[in-house]
Amino acid sequence: MATTLTGESIKPDILKDIAVPRGVIIESYEQSDENEIMVVNMGPQHPSTHGVLRLVLELDGETIRKATPHIGYLHTGLEKTMENLSYYKALVVTDREDYLSNLINNLAYSLAVEKLLDVQVTPRARRLRLILNELERIASHLIWLGTHALDIGAMTIFFYTWRERDQILDLKEMMSGVRMMTSWICPGGLRGDVPEGWLYRAQKFVNNFPAKLDEYNRLLTKNPIWIERLSGIGKISGEDAIAWGMSGSSLRGSGVAWDIRKANPYTGYDEVEFDIPVGSNGDVYDRYLVRIEEMRQSIRILNQALKDVPSGPVMTSDRKIAPPPRAELDTSMESLIHHFKLFTEGYHPPVGEAYAACESGRGEKGYYVVSDGSSIPYRVKINGPSLKNLQALPKMVEGLYIADCVAIIGSIDIVLGDIDR
Amino acid sequence: MVDFEIRLGLSPTDLTVRESQNKRPDDWVDLDAEKDVELRLVTENFPGQVLKSRMFRDEKTIWVKRDNIVEILRMLRDHKETAFNFLSDLTAVDLLKMNAPSEERFEIVYNLYSMSSFQRLRVKAVVPEVDAVIETVERVWPAANWLEREVYDLFGIVFKNHSDLRRIQMPDDWIGHPLRKDYPMGGEQVEFSFNVRKS
Repeated sequence: MATTLTGESIKPDILKDIAVPRGVIIESYEQSDENEIMVVNMGPQHPSTHGVLRLVLELDGETIRKATPHIGYLHTGLEKTMENLSYYKALVVTDREDYLSNLINNLAYSLAVEKLLDVQVTPRARRLRLILNELERIASHLIWLGTHALDIGAMTIFFYTWRERDQILDLKEMMSGVRMMTSWICPGGLRGDVPEGWLYRAQKFVNNFPAKLDEYNRLLTKNPIWIERLSGIGKISGEDAIAWGMSGSSLRGSGVAWDIRKANPYTGYDEVEFDIPVGSNGDVYDRYLVRIEEMRQSIRILNQALKDVPSGPVMTSDRKIAPPPRAELDTSMESLIHHFKLFTEGYHPPVGEAYAACESGRGEKGYYVVSDGSSIPYRVKINGPSLKNLQALPKMVEGLYIADCVAIIGSIDIVLGDIDR
Repeated sequence: MVDFEIRLGLSPTDLTVRESQNKRPDDWVDLDAEKDVELRLVTENFPGQVLKSRMFRDEKTIWVKRDNIVEILRMLRDHKETAFNFLSDLTAVDLLKMNAPSEERFEIVYNLYSMSSFQRLRVKAVVPEVDAVIETVERVWPAANWLEREVYDLFGIVFKNHSDLRRIQMPDDWIGHPLRKDYPMGGEQVEFSFNVRKS
């Protein structure tokens, strides 16, 4: 039924044929259906989708009946790009995938290429790689915490976590000159040694951080609004999570104690002691608790790792892979030739393939590198954890409200660079 | 417009070097069918399906034909001695530039992981260029859904009985499959006199 401003009523079936004049208020075109599904786009541009993710939600009121993620808005063909650059140059592409944990991507790629080349890194490089990885994990979890809290509505946490993360970015800048895309971990070791005072500054950060983490804990963990918003939603069981290929903190929140750092240790993780936090319910609150505890365990690892860092070179001495020091280029012809060949053509791994995986903030970050004997990788497949974590989203979100959907997207901690590449 | 090889900056000598290196490398070690449990299970239960096997840098790889791939993977997932319950990665490799014959152009690579024994295994199914079809493993691991969609999108390999096979990364109306080796890198080529075809 519709009424004009003067009070006359217009019968509904006429309304379908005429253009609606100004001043007519339409109440309903037809009888409202109880099972009416409204399709709403939580479009690629949205403050809460953590990137360019498009969710097509089929809503019944505010309850989601079905959610379909559409990805590919950030696809830039990074794998094809890497197939056209030499192994050393392809390293800079790896920073840009999971753009919130750059050094972990670098490490996974470097481990795969080092496996192909069959080269060992020096002890100092192993220890520094571990320290950088743990700092990167803390930075990644801080961003997760800030943005997740921002989505739920607790805006202050965002500013605090960004302040802490900035200290880590300052450390990366002190080391490499670049705040985010350092590409500092390369096949063979590190691109350069950390400057004097870096380890002292890192230790200072590690000493100050637990107090800040307790601050966030006090603000959120026992907060009744936080618990009300987060617990009981987004449940997924352990077997389902494994079948859907989830990994990382999202899997550990469902009770599966799998961490690549413990299962297949790399870069010296078997020399430090730490625990893996595991949730029990598989809901959003458990994943939150798992990540907070992971930050504490990272501090524990860092305290052990920063204690006695071995001295020595940070790059392997194999001159077929590592460029010679610049000073030698003036005196040695062989160094000059090595330098030239390494930077123009690159090293040639043997024909074969290798897969190496690291535990990033999101899960199993792996690189599958196929070599055909030339200086350019033949195929690089980037195994991003966020793709498989996001795949399980429609299952977790069915029957919940849109506000819960926002919380669940935040809890699985996706980065669109990892998904789309 | 510009040849693929010139775009890469390769000279003819580089190309001949690549061809000569495409021979069986010295680190190729065949897996032992008696000792190695995965290979033994696959050869016993699916005779004639295994093409070759390899151990390279402590990673095991088994090449199989594409006919019974779903049953092979299901057996590897369910058998108590292997228990590969986690599909770590599903991808494809286009072997066009490695001088592979047209019947073996694509390899679908399944990187499997066992949560109980922390072991990895790689199973590869060989798919020809014409009739590039293979059965979907979605029923074995639901994680394969989007991964197979990505392989279809970027390589053009069709997965039979897939619940929702459509493009995932590229726009829906894109023509062509970008990660194939005969698909150009894209972008505007800088025209020099050596690479512009005189018309």
